[in-house]
Amino acid sequence: MLKTFPKGGIHPPENKITSSKGIKRMTVPKMVTVPIAQHIGIPAEIVVDKKDKVEIGQVIAKSGGFVSSNIHSPVAGTVTKIDQIIDLSGYKKQCIVIRTDAKNEANFEEKEYSLITEIQLDPKEIVQRISDYGVVGLGGATFPSHVKLNVKEGVKLDYLIINGVECEPYLTADHRLMLEKTAEIIVGIKILMKALHIEKAVIGIENNKKDAIKQFKELTKNESGIQVAALQVKYPQGGEKQLVRAILGREVPKNGLPLDVGVIVNNVGTIFAVYEAVQHNKPLMERVVTVTGKKMENPSNFWVKIGTPIKDLIAEVGGLPDGTRKLVNGGPMMGKAIKNTDVPVTKGTSGILVISEEEASRGKAENCIRCGECVTVCPMGLEPHLLMNLSEKGMYEKASSEDIMTCIECGSCSYVCPSHRPLLDYIRYGKNIVKKLETSKN
Amino acid sequence: MSQPIIISASPHVHSAKTSKKVMYDVVIALIPAFLVSLYVFGISALILTAVAVASCLLFEYLIQKYLLKSEITIGDGSALITGILLAFNLPAGLPIWMILVGSLVAIGIGKMSFGGLGFNIFNPALVGRVFLLVSFPVQMTMWPTAVENNTSIADAVTGATPLGLIKEGLMFGDTMTNISANLPSTMEMFLGISGGSIGEMSALALLLGGIYLLARKVITWHIPVTIIVTMAVMTGIFWVIDPESYASPLIHILSGGAILGAFYMATDMVTSPMTRKGMLIFAVGIAVITVVIRLFGAYPEGVSFAILIINAFVPLINTYFKPRRFGSKIKSKIV
Repeated sequence: MLKTFPKGGIHPPENKITSSKGIKRMTVPKMVTVPIAQHIGIPAEIVVDKKDKVEIGQVIAKSGGFVSSNIHSPVAGTVTKIDQIIDLSGYKKQCIVIRTDAKNEANFEEKEYSLITEIQLDPKEIVQRISDYGVVGLGGATFPSHVKLNVKEGVKLDYLIINGVECEPYLTADHRLMLEKTAEIIVGIKILMKALHIEKAVIGIENNKKDAIKQFKELTKNESGIQVAALQVKYPQGGEKQLVRAILGREVPKNGLPLDVGVIVNNVGTIFAVYEAVQHNKPLMERVVTVTGKKMENPSNFWVKIGTPIKDLIAEVGGLPDGTRKLVNGGPMMGKAIKNTDVPVTKGTSGILVISEEEASRGKAENCIRCGECVTVCPMGLEPHLLMNLSEKGMYEKASSEDIMTCIECGSCSYVCPSHRPLLDYIRYGKNIVKKLETSKN
Repeated sequence: MSQPIIISASPHVHSAKTSKKVMYDVVIALIPAFLVSLYVFGISALILTAVAVASCLLFEYLIQKYLLKSEITIGDGSALITGILLAFNLPAGLPIWMILVGSLVAIGIGKMSFGGLGFNIFNPALVGRVFLLVSFPVQMTMWPTAVENNTSIADAVTGATPLGLIKEGLMFGDTMTNISANLPSTMEMFLGISGGSIGEMSALALLLGGIYLLARKVITWHIPVTIIVTMAVMTGIFWVIDPESYASPLIHILSGGAILGAFYMATDMVTSPMTRKGMLIFAVGIAVITVVIRLFGAYPEGVSFAILIINAFVPLINTYFKPRRFGSKIKSKIV
């Protein structure tokens, strides 16, 4: 019996249509738009001016505080604009626009890095380099990695868990990366084990990626500290609390972090970025993005430079098919719908999903028939129907005492609701207000 | 592009399950039992079911259109189920005007007065049935025999249901051995040739539908299995102690609407608890009250009353038997 988390979860159609498509390098865009807030925390501080010439990999915005991250130029070129531009969030954010220098060969050469397995840096230097090269969590949360690795003294850690679950339907970026960069990821794991003084690491991969499981098992045969855990396919296993529960049987306490049970979780993409930063001095300025959709002509996975406009990606796979109704940044369960295709890819963009008319339309919300499906599938043991009602009626204190803040917004409740009730919409709304009430109290 | 790109919050996909599909699955599951009722009672079962269904739909329509002035939702399948289940809980040959009264009470009082689908506390069909039972006890316990010819109207002649016979017999000091001589055989009860409401005839047909509901994941095993097991254990204890004064668990389960109640009435989503834990408590409650009514009360059956009584406790059960919140136990198990 494969491991999984015990409570809740759903099995949406996987639709991993791009899982056999190797990662292709995306054409270098003529123009990149680089937001200075691509991570959770304080936006970076811009250190270039309009008309400045920048080199590839040059720091263009410096970490703006403790929880912040450096931003590097993904291309060599000229800064043409520093302005408020709409980004993936749908809001205007400060961005640096750089025109790619078409004559600069550095922009187009495809450097082949040879595998470096020996880790020369000491733990402190490793964390410093991760910080210098702007590595953030690539699983979606984009939390600056060096902050995560800066574990307070006295916190005992015994496991590093590598999240290769990719439980979102459609997305295959992590899957492809695991297949194509297996050895590099294993070195990356060792780097983090060294930095954190952890002896044991487990790579969690869902069983719909048997090839990746096999490859990792083979390459870690002689690594006593690194294990591969094949997991049952169940959404949202990529949620870190669910993953820690699935692999180690440890339950992260309510409102707590994996650190509280001696575990640190990192996404495979992040591990690869760590490897490149530490072993090759390469800043995080590109990532793997799955561009997919059922009606897409040529869906695939790409290495994409940060700042590349979404429309370039869409053009690369053959343009928007007829009847497109929705564009999603990320997967269908937790991704964010976007409207403007000029917005750039950022460090947190794992996929661009194109959804057609038939799939996009939401059913009309009907009365709750109290079937309890939402309660059954909630991986956090919440009662979504109740939380929705409380949010709708403005009973925020009660919602708070019913643990609304522990909702991970996985969307399983809305997915299963036979009455098409907008459960998660209301829960999000309630969470926002509860958060405001809590901050105003303090 | 013909249509503009739309924006909405995640998730962007939905399981294909809809309330309507859930309701129609229940209707499909009831077909075998309906066929058996047609076989046993002929055209009178058809009339009874048709009148109950049509009147339930009509009353819901009229109430929504003229009283509530709200959206008409008679197509959602819920009133259809209420109609079928009400009919299934009535004896063949009941006067039509009584069926109409039952439908009006079921839909009007049992469902719409609470706010319609999803808001009612009590199972609407049972509200209608129990209203009729306490208002017209004579007609409601006049059980016709099976018809020889399926096109003839059932005669309202014979006496009682198996449980009715037992209750009466025991009251007059008879022993189970003597009473059993007049009872239909276990096989007859299982297949469907015994007295009773039209839908509770055949345990086999009801179980078939029940299995369909389980397979389609419309219901889970928790409520039906717990009800039946608890009833079997409780009646079994009495039967083992004194088999001459108490009927066997098999008779209790195969008759008196136990299976109809356990699979179709108690599992009504609206009026049953949300969590698995709550469902178990709910089911045990129904079984205990049913057995108490049957063994010590005035009524030979009692499933309807038991379900309605426990329906009232469902909000309380939902409040006290919540799912365990993730991370609420800070006991970490090191593997």
